[in-house]
Amino acid sequence: MNQRVSRRAFVLAGATLALAPLAGCSLGSAVSFNGADITGADFGRDFRLTDPDGRERTLADFKGKVVLMFFGFTQCPDVCPTALARAAEVKQLLGPDGERLQVLFVSVDPERDTPEILRAYTAAFDPTFLALYGDSARLAETAKEFKVIYQKVPTGSSYTIDHTAVTYAFDPQGRLRLKLSHSQNAIEYAADVRKLLHSA
Amino acid sequence: MKLFIRTIAAATLVAASSAHAQVNVTVKDAWVRATVPTQKATGAFMQLQAARDSSFVSVSSPLTPNVEVHEMAMQGDVMRMRQVRSLDLPAGKTVELSPGGYHIMLLNLKGQVKEGDTVPFTLVFEGKDGKRETVEVKAPVRSLTSQARPAHAGH
Repeated sequence: MNQRVSRRAFVLAGATLALAPLAGCSLGSAVSFNGADITGADFGRDFRLTDPDGRERTLADFKGKVVLMFFGFTQCPDVCPTALARAAEVKQLLGPDGERLQVLFVSVDPERDTPEILRAYTAAFDPTFLALYGDSARLAETAKEFKVIYQKVPTGSSYTIDHTAVTYAFDPQGRLRLKLSHSQNAIEYAADVRKLLHSA
Repeated sequence: MKLFIRTIAAATLVAASSAHAQVNVTVKDAWVRATVPTQKATGAFMQLQAARDSSFVSVSSPLTPNVEVHEMAMQGDVMRMRQVRSLDLPAGKTVELSPGGYHIMLLNLKGQVKEGDTVPFTLVFEGKDGKRETVEVKAPVRSLTSQARPAHAGH
């Protein structure tokens, strides 16, 4: 259809959004973040995944909150617990603003990550954190939409999964805004979440 | 604010069972990450230091027959973990098995690994002369949410 026209419109909309903060506040330049600013990205628009209670969830469910979304699997003893522990620390650093943070953990291991394991896993870090999953087809679609790589790799007696280890941040309007790196810490993440909560 | 504190005192080193009077390899601050019920794998972390050039060649535990040493490496934004068959321990250097690098994987677990439990390990090291040394370690299980270095502990 009119892909080119709608993309131009989208870019214009993005530019307008980026300039919007200048209108209402005293900042001399656009807000700067610790994470990579991907405001206006044409990917990562939404997801349709299942929560451990079997309910289908989409991004709209979390409007009004900043969403931090991480892809991982529970048999990952290093990066995934570290990312979730960091998210828990972010929530604490936010204080009362922590009520407006939603952390999502999307499993890239549908074969081994059962709803039961996922529910208990995220609850161990914080009772408000939510795991999401899909069957292999849904996972493939979601990973593609979010430009996330994941790949099973055999190891000794089992397998591990190589996967993109970034955290995506959505603003309270449900727009994808930032790509935060695994090398950044809770203080840097919390600062960005605060900015997303308090701007626009 | 909750602090995630490394409890160095919790690690225990039992004397090496080697015939040599001199202990070659010391193991410090060993810990295992707890699991949630029905979770099948987890990681163990520790610091190794050898007095003489050695290799860490194998590890076993009564907890599961499937114990492997893995290395985690970030390639840009992508995390990769690979099994390593042996780990070099240059003389006098502390080699860390910690989040962000090497770790021991405990796979195909039969039950939950609970905070407060202790997991025994048998670590085997080999010197340049081919002589092997065994070290028994009892690693405490720490919370699943343990961080090696929380952000607010300082840069």
